[in-house]
Amino acid sequence: MRKGWRQAAPFDLIRLANLCGKQTVSAYLIRRLLGAIGVIFGVATITFLMVFLMPGDAARMYAGPRAPEETVQRIRVLWGLDQPLPVQYFRYLGRALQGDLGNSTRDQRPVIQAVVERLPATIQLALAGLFVELLIGVPLGILAALRPGSWIDQVATVLALIGISLPQFALGLVALYLFGFVIPIFPLGGYGTPLHLVLPAIVLGIGGTAFYSRVLRNSILEVANEDYVRTARAKGLSPRVVLFRHILRNALMPVVTLAGLDLALLLGGVVVIEAVFGWPGVGLQAWTAIRNQDTPMIMGTVLFASIAVVFINLLVDFLYIALDPRIRLTKS
Amino acid sequence: MVELSSPPKPQNGFWAQLRRIPRAWIGGALVLFMVLCAALAPVLSPADPLIQFRDGLSQMGTPLPPDQKFPLGTDHLGRDMLSRMLYGAQVSLAVSFIANLTAAVFGTLIGLLAGYYSGVIDWVLMRITDVLLAFPAILLALGLGSVLRPSIPVVILILTIITWPALARLVRSQVLTVRERTFIESARAVGAKDRYIIFRHILPQIITVTVVWATLSFASTVLVESSLSFLGVGVPLPTASWGNMIAEGQSRYRIAPWMILVPTAAILITTLGFNLLGDAVRDALDPRTSQRQKAS
Repeated sequence: MRKGWRQAAPFDLIRLANLCGKQTVSAYLIRRLLGAIGVIFGVATITFLMVFLMPGDAARMYAGPRAPEETVQRIRVLWGLDQPLPVQYFRYLGRALQGDLGNSTRDQRPVIQAVVERLPATIQLALAGLFVELLIGVPLGILAALRPGSWIDQVATVLALIGISLPQFALGLVALYLFGFVIPIFPLGGYGTPLHLVLPAIVLGIGGTAFYSRVLRNSILEVANEDYVRTARAKGLSPRVVLFRHILRNALMPVVTLAGLDLALLLGGVVVIEAVFGWPGVGLQAWTAIRNQDTPMIMGTVLFASIAVVFINLLVDFLYIALDPRIRLTKS
Repeated sequence: MVELSSPPKPQNGFWAQLRRIPRAWIGGALVLFMVLCAALAPVLSPADPLIQFRDGLSQMGTPLPPDQKFPLGTDHLGRDMLSRMLYGAQVSLAVSFIANLTAAVFGTLIGLLAGYYSGVIDWVLMRITDVLLAFPAILLALGLGSVLRPSIPVVILILTIITWPALARLVRSQVLTVRERTFIESARAVGAKDRYIIFRHILPQIITVTVVWATLSFASTVLVESSLSFLGVGVPLPTASWGNMIAEGQSRYRIAPWMILVPTAAILITTLGFNLLGDAVRDALDPRTSQRQKAS
């Protein structure tokens, strides 16, 4: 029995199970949490170094090219730019710990405030993209797995390859042209009504669709060979009940993990999609910041997004344990 | 089966295997087409990609749709789209190729080191990859692109930075299994140096992983490069790259849709070609698939 599920165990589950052999689940969780904190520390260090690499003088840029040197110097002192690098570094970390990601050099607004303000729009788009991925990917994966090797499986494979080959930003523009201009069903970008959400969500989700259908297909095929599935069939349960109650429930596990990991990818894609559709989210703001050379804003956004990704991954790990009773059972 | 104490041959009949997969042919043809476009750009191009034709704009000053003189139309400055697409292929493919090669070499090296010398070296290297993988790739690239002045070497650097960590982890995991095999132990027993074992015994065993990965990752590198150029932190104007061509078309797609359709098609041909090819290479190298094919 144990050997059986190990073979089918996807991704982290194997590592997790090995760990659980030696230690308890809570010890594993603590280790994961400490690891996440370490990663965040590393991420903050890199963003700090990137800010420090910035060509040009932030104080001078804020004061303007014709400001007298004294003014620029006063701004430098005010921002702590006159301090040695290690001092600046620890101050940066200290402020970041308190949720202070610096101020925009453009309008002096706190970066964290600007990011949080734009966050709902971005989350809305990311979740809608995830929804599209699952809405198309899950049924496609099931259909492909029902008849492996059939034409529908072949079509799903080809669709998967096309999906990951599509350049999202270009696809977005083509979609805007076709369904916003030639056939004016959807608005030409912008934000507000549910109609505004449709095109960007589809463009954002279409690439991942393929991915999910492949993962789910392979996962279903693996689970279908399990002892408990054979038992269920032998009991005389209908194929439908076996599929939905016995196979799908277990086969969806890797999809859950992927959905979490995928949010990180989606967050990256969101920047591009927001730029194409003029969607007023965090990504569009970061893009505007680049054109304004507003480095604190960009780095603040990068730091914020990376921390978010680390936490999402951590949550997915915890969710996994909560969802899979087998892991809890191996607790020594 | 008894394991021999000499290194087993990693591959047999890879090309024969690959030839049997239709995806390899289609993918290979698409890739070859784009590579030829890039290589023969000076011959195939009807014009210099930077020349602004006086008759390249309509009387209202808008770009011209495809006609006899300009087969794929002109852009907002009256430049020939076909020539820009062909020269753009040179830039986009060369940038992606160099970035991928650098990332493949670097990632493989780091993976070999981390996997072979477990302990502190492994720990430090893997924590670095943890941190780099925590950044959403495009955002990290945006950040780097904003602090470094955009230029072609900078784009290559950025693409390398966001690409190598995933490969390093993959190679490391492979090295960990190869390291325990008997032929490594015998090599060590006869007094082979670490460097010799790593490059003569372990590398040949894991090189296929790198090859498959590099083929598959080429497509995503092309995508990221074009996204960066589109966002304005990639290949700087006026050099044509598919990404910045689309950026120039962004505000004009209603009057000149060919300005976005032409480079989009070029990107899609390239990425689809490499994805099909990479998928086929993976299947050809995967012993499970080849057994299935032999059985059927």
